[in-house]
Amino acid sequence: MAIKGPAGWFQALGASALGFFERLGRGHLLLFSILGRLPALVPRFGLVVQQIYSVGVLSLLIILVSGLFVGMVLGLQGYYTLVDFGAEQSLGTVVALTLVRELGPVVAALLFAGRAGSALTAEIGLMKATEQLSGMEMMAVDPIKRTLAPRFLAGFLSLPLLAAIFSAIGIMGGYIVGVQLLGVDEGAYWSQMQNSVNFWDDIINGVIKSLAFGFVASWIAVFEGYDAVPTSEGVSRATTRTVVHTSLAVLGLDFILTALMFGEP
Amino acid sequence: MRTIEIWVGVFVAGGLAALFMLAMQVSNLTSVGETDGYEIKARFDNISGLNVRSPVTMAGVRIGRVVDIDFDEKTFEAVVSMRIESQYDQLPEDSSASVFTSGLLGEKYIGLEPGGALDNLADGDVIHLTQSSLVLERLIGQFLFSQGSDDSKEGAEP
Repeated sequence: MAIKGPAGWFQALGASALGFFERLGRGHLLLFSILGRLPALVPRFGLVVQQIYSVGVLSLLIILVSGLFVGMVLGLQGYYTLVDFGAEQSLGTVVALTLVRELGPVVAALLFAGRAGSALTAEIGLMKATEQLSGMEMMAVDPIKRTLAPRFLAGFLSLPLLAAIFSAIGIMGGYIVGVQLLGVDEGAYWSQMQNSVNFWDDIINGVIKSLAFGFVASWIAVFEGYDAVPTSEGVSRATTRTVVHTSLAVLGLDFILTALMFGEP
Repeated sequence: MRTIEIWVGVFVAGGLAALFMLAMQVSNLTSVGETDGYEIKARFDNISGLNVRSPVTMAGVRIGRVVDIDFDEKTFEAVVSMRIESQYDQLPEDSSASVFTSGLLGEKYIGLEPGGALDNLADGDVIHLTQSSLVLERLIGQFLFSQGSDDSKEGAEP
Protein backbone atom coordinates (compact mmCIF):
# COMPACT_ATOMS: atom_id res chain seq x y z
CA MET A 1 0.00 0.00 0.00
CA ALA A 2 2.76 2.43 0.95
CA ILE A 3 4.34 4.05 -2.10
CA LYS A 4 7.99 5.10 -2.12
CA GLY A 5 9.26 8.47 -3.28
CA PRO A 6 7.51 11.83 -3.30
CA ALA A 7 4.10 10.23 -3.80
CA GLY A 8 4.62 8.35 -0.53
CA TRP A 9 5.35 11.58 1.27
CA PHE A 10 2.16 13.11 -0.01
CA GLN A 11 0.27 9.96 0.90
CA ALA A 12 1.52 10.13 4.48
CA LEU A 13 0.66 13.83 4.69
CA GLY A 14 -2.80 13.24 3.27
CA ALA A 15 -3.46 10.31 5.58
CA SER A 16 -2.49 12.26 8.69
CA ALA A 17 -4.56 15.27 7.60
CA LEU A 18 -7.57 13.04 6.95
CA GLY A 19 -7.06 11.33 10.31
CA PHE A 20 -6.95 14.71 12.04
CA PHE A 21 -10.18 15.89 10.48
CA GLU A 22 -11.83 12.54 11.12
CA ARG A 23 -11.04 12.80 14.82
CA LEU A 24 -12.18 16.41 14.87
CA GLY A 25 -15.45 15.37 13.26
CA ARG A 26 -15.97 12.45 15.64
CA GLY A 27 -15.29 14.80 18.55
CA HIS A 28 -17.95 17.24 17.39
CA LEU A 29 -20.48 14.48 16.75
CA LEU A 30 -19.91 13.19 20.28
CA LEU A 31 -20.20 16.72 21.66
CA PHE A 32 -23.53 17.28 19.92
CA SER A 33 -24.94 13.97 21.11
CA ILE A 34 -23.81 14.78 24.68
CA LEU A 35 -25.37 18.25 24.50
CA GLY A 36 -28.58 16.74 23.14
CA ARG A 37 -28.78 14.38 26.11
CA LEU A 38 -28.15 17.02 28.79
CA PRO A 39 -31.87 17.78 29.35
CA ALA A 40 -32.41 14.11 30.22
CA LEU A 41 -30.07 14.59 33.20
CA VAL A 42 -32.39 17.01 35.00
CA PRO A 43 -34.61 14.34 36.62
CA ARG A 44 -31.54 12.23 37.48
CA PHE A 45 -29.27 14.91 38.85
CA GLY A 46 -27.85 12.46 41.38
CA LEU A 47 -25.60 11.10 38.63
CA VAL A 48 -24.12 14.56 38.11
CA VAL A 49 -23.69 15.12 41.85
CA GLN A 50 -21.70 11.91 42.11
CA GLN A 51 -19.42 13.06 39.29
CA ILE A 52 -19.03 16.54 40.76
CA TYR A 53 -17.71 14.75 43.83
CA SER A 54 -15.05 12.84 41.92
CA VAL A 55 -14.20 15.69 39.54
CA GLY A 56 -14.60 18.77 41.74
CA VAL A 57 -14.39 17.85 45.41
CA LEU A 58 -11.41 15.55 44.97
CA SER A 59 -9.57 18.30 43.04
CA LEU A 60 -10.16 20.73 45.88
CA LEU A 61 -6.97 19.94 47.78
CA ILE A 62 -4.59 20.52 44.89
CA ILE A 63 -6.46 23.71 43.95
CA LEU A 64 -6.31 25.06 47.50
CA VAL A 65 -2.62 24.30 48.00
CA SER A 66 -1.44 25.54 44.61
CA GLY A 67 -3.69 28.61 44.80
CA LEU A 68 -2.19 29.54 48.15
CA PHE A 69 1.37 29.11 46.90
CA VAL A 70 0.78 30.90 43.60
CA GLY A 71 -0.70 33.83 45.53
CA MET A 72 2.24 33.83 47.95
CA VAL A 73 4.77 33.82 45.09
CA LEU A 74 2.87 36.64 43.37
CA GLY A 75 2.97 38.61 46.61
CA LEU A 76 6.70 38.06 46.97
CA GLN A 77 7.66 38.76 43.35
CA GLY A 78 5.24 41.66 43.05
CA TYR A 79 6.62 43.21 46.21
CA TYR A 80 10.27 42.98 45.11
CA THR A 81 9.41 44.46 41.71
CA LEU A 82 7.17 47.24 43.01
CA VAL A 83 9.34 48.28 45.94
CA ASP A 84 11.98 49.54 43.48
CA PHE A 85 9.46 52.10 42.26
CA GLY A 86 8.15 52.86 45.72
CA ALA A 87 4.80 51.48 44.58
CA GLU A 88 4.43 48.50 46.92
CA GLN A 89 1.02 49.93 47.87
CA SER A 90 -0.23 48.61 44.53
CA LEU A 91 0.60 45.02 45.49
CA GLY A 92 -3.09 44.21 46.04
CA THR A 93 -3.92 45.40 42.53
CA VAL A 94 -1.14 43.33 40.98
CA VAL A 95 -2.05 40.15 42.84
CA ALA A 96 -5.80 40.47 42.34
CA LEU A 97 -5.72 41.37 38.64
CA THR A 98 -3.18 38.67 37.80
CA LEU A 99 -5.19 36.02 39.60
CA VAL A 100 -8.68 37.04 38.59
CA ARG A 101 -7.92 37.72 34.94
CA GLU A 102 -5.32 35.10 34.07
CA LEU A 103 -3.82 32.74 36.59
CA GLY A 104 -7.03 31.72 38.34
CA PRO A 105 -8.83 30.36 35.27
CA VAL A 106 -5.70 29.12 33.45
CA VAL A 107 -3.81 27.39 36.25
CA ALA A 108 -7.03 25.94 37.64
CA ALA A 109 -7.79 24.54 34.17
CA LEU A 110 -4.28 23.08 33.80
CA LEU A 111 -4.48 21.44 37.23
CA PHE A 112 -7.99 20.27 36.40
CA ALA A 113 -6.68 18.63 33.21
CA GLY A 114 -4.00 16.81 35.16
CA ARG A 115 -6.08 15.83 38.15
CA ALA A 116 -9.63 15.31 36.85
CA GLY A 117 -9.39 15.17 33.05
CA SER A 118 -6.89 12.32 33.04
CA ALA A 119 -9.00 10.39 35.55
CA LEU A 120 -12.11 10.88 33.41
CA THR A 121 -10.33 9.64 30.29
CA ALA A 122 -8.82 6.63 32.04
CA GLU A 123 -12.17 5.69 33.57
CA ILE A 124 -14.12 5.93 30.33
CA GLY A 125 -11.32 4.30 28.34
CA LEU A 126 -11.19 1.35 30.73
CA MET A 127 -14.98 1.06 30.61
CA LYS A 128 -14.62 0.79 26.86
CA ALA A 129 -11.68 -1.65 27.04
CA THR A 130 -13.55 -3.94 29.48
CA GLU A 131 -16.64 -3.67 27.27
CA GLN A 132 -18.80 -2.10 29.95
CA LEU A 133 -20.01 0.49 27.45
CA SER A 134 -21.03 -2.25 25.00
CA GLY A 135 -22.65 -4.09 27.91
CA MET A 136 -24.77 -1.06 28.67
CA GLU A 137 -25.84 -0.85 25.06
CA MET A 138 -26.82 -4.53 25.21
CA MET A 139 -29.12 -3.71 28.14
CA ALA A 140 -30.64 -0.84 26.14
CA VAL A 141 -28.94 1.74 28.38
CA ASP A 142 -27.50 4.65 26.42
CA PRO A 143 -23.83 4.90 27.55
CA ILE A 144 -23.61 8.52 26.39
CA LYS A 145 -26.61 9.45 28.51
CA ARG A 146 -25.61 7.30 31.48
CA THR A 147 -21.83 7.85 31.71
CA LEU A 148 -20.56 10.55 29.36
CA ALA A 149 -23.12 13.32 29.78
CA PRO A 150 -22.99 13.45 33.61
CA ARG A 151 -19.19 13.53 33.55
CA PHE A 152 -19.14 16.30 30.95
CA LEU A 153 -21.67 18.41 32.86
CA ALA A 154 -19.86 17.86 36.17
CA GLY A 155 -16.56 19.06 34.70
CA PHE A 156 -18.23 22.05 33.06
CA LEU A 157 -19.84 23.07 36.36
CA SER A 158 -16.86 22.33 38.60
CA LEU A 159 -14.09 24.29 36.89
CA PRO A 160 -15.58 27.79 37.37
CA LEU A 161 -16.05 27.04 41.07
CA LEU A 162 -12.50 25.69 41.33
CA ALA A 163 -11.13 28.77 39.53
CA ALA A 164 -13.02 31.11 41.88
CA ILE A 165 -11.68 29.24 44.89
CA PHE A 166 -8.17 29.38 43.38
CA SER A 167 -8.35 33.16 42.89
CA ALA A 168 -9.79 33.82 46.34
CA ILE A 169 -7.24 31.67 48.13
CA GLY A 170 -4.45 33.17 46.01
CA ILE A 171 -5.46 36.68 47.07
CA MET A 172 -5.35 35.48 50.67
CA GLY A 173 -1.87 34.06 50.00
CA GLY A 174 -0.74 37.39 48.59
CA TYR A 175 -2.19 39.05 51.68
CA ILE A 176 -0.29 36.72 54.01
CA VAL A 177 3.05 37.40 52.31
CA GLY A 178 2.56 41.05 51.39
CA VAL A 179 0.81 42.39 54.48
CA GLN A 180 1.78 40.00 57.25
CA LEU A 181 5.37 39.21 56.30
CA LEU A 182 6.64 42.12 54.17
CA GLY A 183 4.71 44.91 55.84
CA VAL A 184 2.58 46.43 53.07
CA ASP A 185 -0.17 48.52 54.59
CA GLU A 186 -3.32 46.43 55.02
CA GLY A 187 -5.70 49.27 54.09
CA ALA A 188 -3.72 50.06 50.93
CA TYR A 189 -3.68 46.38 49.91
CA TRP A 190 -7.47 46.06 49.95
CA SER A 191 -8.48 49.58 48.89
CA GLN A 192 -6.12 49.77 45.90
CA MET A 193 -7.43 46.35 44.89
CA GLN A 194 -11.05 47.47 45.14
CA ASN A 195 -10.30 50.67 43.24
CA SER A 196 -8.82 48.97 40.22
CA VAL A 197 -10.65 45.63 39.99
CA ASN A 198 -13.92 46.02 38.14
CA PHE A 199 -16.62 43.44 38.83
CA TRP A 200 -17.95 43.14 35.28
CA ASP A 201 -14.73 43.68 33.33
CA ASP A 202 -12.43 41.56 35.45
CA ILE A 203 -14.28 39.09 37.62
CA ILE A 204 -17.13 38.21 35.27
CA ASN A 205 -14.71 37.92 32.35
CA GLY A 206 -12.59 35.57 34.46
CA VAL A 207 -15.67 33.46 35.16
CA ILE A 208 -16.53 33.40 31.45
CA LYS A 209 -12.99 32.25 30.72
CA SER A 210 -13.20 29.43 33.24
CA LEU A 211 -16.58 28.37 31.83
CA ALA A 212 -14.99 28.12 28.38
CA PHE A 213 -12.03 26.19 29.78
CA GLY A 214 -14.35 23.86 31.71
CA PHE A 215 -16.28 23.17 28.53
CA VAL A 216 -13.16 22.42 26.49
CA ALA A 217 -11.38 20.43 29.21
CA SER A 218 -14.36 18.16 29.93
CA TRP A 219 -15.11 17.74 26.23
CA ILE A 220 -11.54 16.66 25.43
CA ALA A 221 -11.37 14.34 28.47
CA VAL A 222 -14.67 12.63 27.68
CA PHE A 223 -13.95 12.36 23.97
CA GLU A 224 -10.44 10.94 24.40
CA GLY A 225 -11.81 8.29 26.76
CA TYR A 226 -14.67 7.40 24.44
CA ASP A 227 -12.42 7.36 21.38
CA ALA A 228 -9.56 5.44 23.00
CA VAL A 229 -8.21 2.27 21.41
CA PRO A 230 -9.65 -0.35 23.79
CA THR A 231 -6.33 -1.77 24.97
CA SER A 232 -4.20 -0.90 27.98
CA GLU A 233 -1.74 0.89 25.70
CA GLY A 234 -4.55 2.78 23.98
CA VAL A 235 -5.98 3.96 27.30
CA SER A 236 -2.60 5.17 28.50
CA ARG A 237 -2.07 7.04 25.24
CA ALA A 238 -5.52 8.59 25.46
CA THR A 239 -4.81 9.76 29.01
CA THR A 240 -1.58 11.43 27.92
CA ARG A 241 -3.34 13.02 24.95
CA THR A 242 -6.03 14.43 27.24
CA VAL A 243 -3.52 16.28 29.39
CA VAL A 244 -1.45 17.54 26.43
CA HIS A 245 -4.38 18.58 24.25
CA THR A 246 -6.29 20.20 27.12
CA SER A 247 -3.25 22.21 28.16
CA LEU A 248 -2.63 23.39 24.59
CA ALA A 249 -6.30 24.18 24.02
CA VAL A 250 -6.58 26.10 27.29
CA LEU A 251 -3.48 28.19 26.62
CA GLY A 252 -4.46 28.92 23.02
CA LEU A 253 -8.05 29.72 23.94
CA ASP A 254 -6.82 31.93 26.77
CA PHE A 255 -4.94 34.13 24.32
CA ILE A 256 -7.97 34.46 22.06
CA LEU A 257 -10.35 35.18 24.93
CA THR A 258 -7.96 37.72 26.47
CA ALA A 259 -7.58 39.50 23.13
CA LEU A 260 -11.36 39.63 22.77
CA MET A 261 -12.13 40.69 26.34
CA PHE A 262 -9.38 43.08 27.29
CA GLY A 263 -8.51 44.36 23.81
CA GLU A 264 -10.43 47.61 24.20
CA PRO A 265 -9.80 49.76 27.24
CA MET B 1 -24.09 8.58 48.80
CA ARG B 2 -24.98 10.85 51.73
CA THR B 3 -21.39 11.86 52.45
CA ILE B 4 -20.83 12.46 48.74
CA GLU B 5 -23.79 14.81 48.63
CA ILE B 6 -22.58 16.63 51.74
CA TRP B 7 -19.13 17.10 50.22
CA VAL B 8 -20.59 18.34 46.95
CA GLY B 9 -22.70 20.78 48.93
CA VAL B 10 -19.61 22.01 50.77
CA PHE B 11 -17.75 22.35 47.45
CA VAL B 12 -20.50 24.31 45.73
CA ALA B 13 -20.98 26.54 48.77
CA GLY B 14 -17.23 27.15 48.94
CA GLY B 15 -17.07 28.04 45.26
CA LEU B 16 -19.97 30.45 45.53
CA ALA B 17 -18.48 31.94 48.70
CA ALA B 18 -15.20 32.50 46.86
CA LEU B 19 -17.05 34.22 44.02
CA PHE B 20 -18.97 36.31 46.54
CA MET B 21 -15.72 37.28 48.24
CA LEU B 22 -14.22 38.27 44.89
CA ALA B 23 -17.30 40.37 44.14
CA MET B 24 -17.55 42.11 47.49
CA GLN B 25 -14.03 42.28 48.89
CA VAL B 26 -11.88 42.43 45.77
CA SER B 27 -13.88 44.38 43.20
CA ASN B 28 -15.68 47.68 43.38
CA LEU B 29 -19.15 46.17 42.99
CA THR B 30 -20.24 47.54 46.36
CA SER B 31 -19.59 51.14 45.31
CA VAL B 32 -21.04 51.15 41.82
CA GLY B 33 -24.42 52.86 42.26
CA GLU B 34 -24.33 54.21 38.70
CA THR B 35 -27.98 55.18 38.64
CA ASP B 36 -28.48 57.06 41.89
CA GLY B 37 -27.16 60.53 42.56
CA TYR B 38 -27.13 63.61 40.36
CA GLU B 39 -25.03 64.67 37.41
CA ILE B 40 -22.99 67.86 37.12
CA LYS B 41 -20.72 69.08 34.34
CA ALA B 42 -17.42 70.95 34.27
CA ARG B 43 -15.42 72.42 31.40
CA PHE B 44 -11.65 72.05 31.33
CA ASP B 45 -8.97 73.30 28.95
CA ASN B 46 -7.04 70.04 29.33
CA ILE B 47 -7.92 66.82 31.08
CA SER B 48 -5.17 64.56 29.72
CA GLY B 49 -5.08 61.29 31.64
CA LEU B 50 -8.60 61.52 33.05
CA ASN B 51 -10.82 58.54 32.26
CA VAL B 52 -14.47 57.59 32.50
CA ARG B 53 -14.91 56.05 36.00
CA SER B 54 -12.12 58.19 37.46
CA PRO B 55 -12.99 59.24 41.01
CA VAL B 56 -14.41 62.64 41.97
CA THR B 57 -13.32 63.69 45.44
CA MET B 58 -13.88 66.47 47.90
CA ALA B 59 -11.48 66.85 50.84
CA GLY B 60 -9.94 63.53 49.75
CA VAL B 61 -13.19 61.59 50.10
CA ARG B 62 -14.62 59.99 46.98
CA ILE B 63 -18.10 61.40 46.44
CA GLY B 64 -18.72 60.35 42.84
CA ARG B 65 -17.28 59.24 39.54
CA VAL B 66 -16.69 60.62 36.05
CA VAL B 67 -19.42 59.16 33.82
CA ASP B 68 -18.74 60.84 30.49
CA ILE B 69 -16.07 62.87 28.73
CA ASP B 70 -16.96 64.97 25.69
CA PHE B 71 -15.21 67.47 23.46
CA ASP B 72 -16.85 70.80 22.67
CA GLU B 73 -15.88 71.73 19.12
CA LYS B 74 -16.88 75.38 19.49
CA THR B 75 -14.81 76.30 22.53
CA PHE B 76 -12.22 73.52 22.16
CA GLU B 77 -12.81 72.48 25.73
CA ALA B 78 -13.34 69.13 27.38
CA VAL B 79 -16.76 68.66 28.94
CA VAL B 80 -16.64 66.22 31.84
CA SER B 81 -19.87 64.83 33.28
CA MET B 82 -19.65 63.64 36.87
CA ARG B 83 -22.20 61.68 38.84
CA ILE B 84 -22.22 62.67 42.50
CA GLU B 85 -23.79 60.30 45.04
CA SER B 86 -27.15 61.52 46.23
CA GLN B 87 -26.14 61.67 49.91
CA TYR B 88 -23.75 64.53 49.09
CA ASP B 89 -26.32 67.10 47.95
CA GLN B 90 -25.06 70.08 49.98
CA LEU B 91 -22.20 71.16 47.69
CA PRO B 92 -22.10 74.96 47.20
CA GLU B 93 -22.95 76.18 43.72
CA ASP B 94 -19.65 78.04 43.21
CA SER B 95 -17.44 75.03 44.01
CA SER B 96 -14.36 74.72 41.82
CA ALA B 97 -13.04 71.60 40.10
CA SER B 98 -9.43 70.67 39.36
CA VAL B 99 -7.77 67.68 37.75
CA PHE B 100 -5.20 66.20 40.16
CA THR B 101 -2.82 63.29 40.07
CA SER B 102 -2.61 60.89 43.01
CA GLY B 103 1.09 60.52 43.65
CA LEU B 104 3.71 61.37 41.05
CA LEU B 105 2.65 58.77 38.50
CA GLY B 106 -0.72 57.74 39.87
CA GLU B 107 -4.14 57.98 38.23
CA LYS B 108 -5.90 61.27 37.58
CA TYR B 109 -8.93 62.32 39.57
CA ILE B 110 -11.14 65.37 39.92
CA GLY B 111 -10.91 67.29 43.17
CA LEU B 112 -13.76 69.63 44.11
CA GLU B 113 -13.12 72.64 46.35
CA PRO B 114 -16.17 74.05 48.14
CA GLY B 115 -17.14 77.67 47.51
CA GLY B 116 -19.14 79.97 49.70
CA ALA B 117 -22.49 80.24 47.91
CA LEU B 118 -25.71 79.48 49.78
CA ASP B 119 -27.31 77.63 46.86
CA ASN B 120 -26.36 74.02 46.23
CA LEU B 121 -25.33 72.25 43.04
CA ALA B 122 -28.23 70.40 41.45
CA ASP B 123 -28.66 67.96 38.58
CA GLY B 124 -27.41 69.41 35.27
CA ASP B 125 -25.46 72.31 36.80
CA VAL B 126 -22.12 73.37 35.31
CA ILE B 127 -19.04 74.19 37.38
CA HIS B 128 -17.39 77.30 35.97
CA LEU B 129 -14.25 77.54 38.08
CA THR B 130 -11.93 74.84 36.80
CA GLN B 131 -8.22 74.14 36.76
CA SER B 132 -6.73 71.91 34.12
CA SER B 133 -4.66 68.80 34.31
CA LEU B 134 -0.97 69.22 34.99
CA VAL B 135 0.85 67.92 31.93
CA LEU B 136 4.27 66.72 33.00
CA GLU B 137 5.93 67.35 29.63
CA ARG B 138 4.71 70.94 29.53
CA LEU B 139 5.87 71.48 33.11
CA ILE B 140 9.34 70.14 32.30
CA GLY B 141 9.40 72.28 29.16
CA GLN B 142 8.55 75.42 31.15
CA PHE B 143 11.14 74.53 33.76
CA LEU B 144 13.86 74.04 31.16
CA PHE B 145 12.84 77.24 29.38
CA SER B 146 12.99 79.32 32.57
CA GLN B 147 16.32 77.71 33.47
CA GLY B 148 17.66 78.58 30.06
CA SER B 149 16.50 82.21 30.28
CA ASP B 150 18.00 82.51 33.79
CA ASP B 151 21.35 81.31 32.51
CA SER B 152 21.34 83.75 29.62
CA LYS B 153 20.45 86.58 32.00
CA GLU B 154 23.29 85.69 34.33
CA GLY B 155 25.62 85.56 31.39
CA ALA B 156 24.45 88.96 30.10
CA GLU B 157 24.53 90.90 33.38
CA PRO B 158 28.21 91.32 34.16
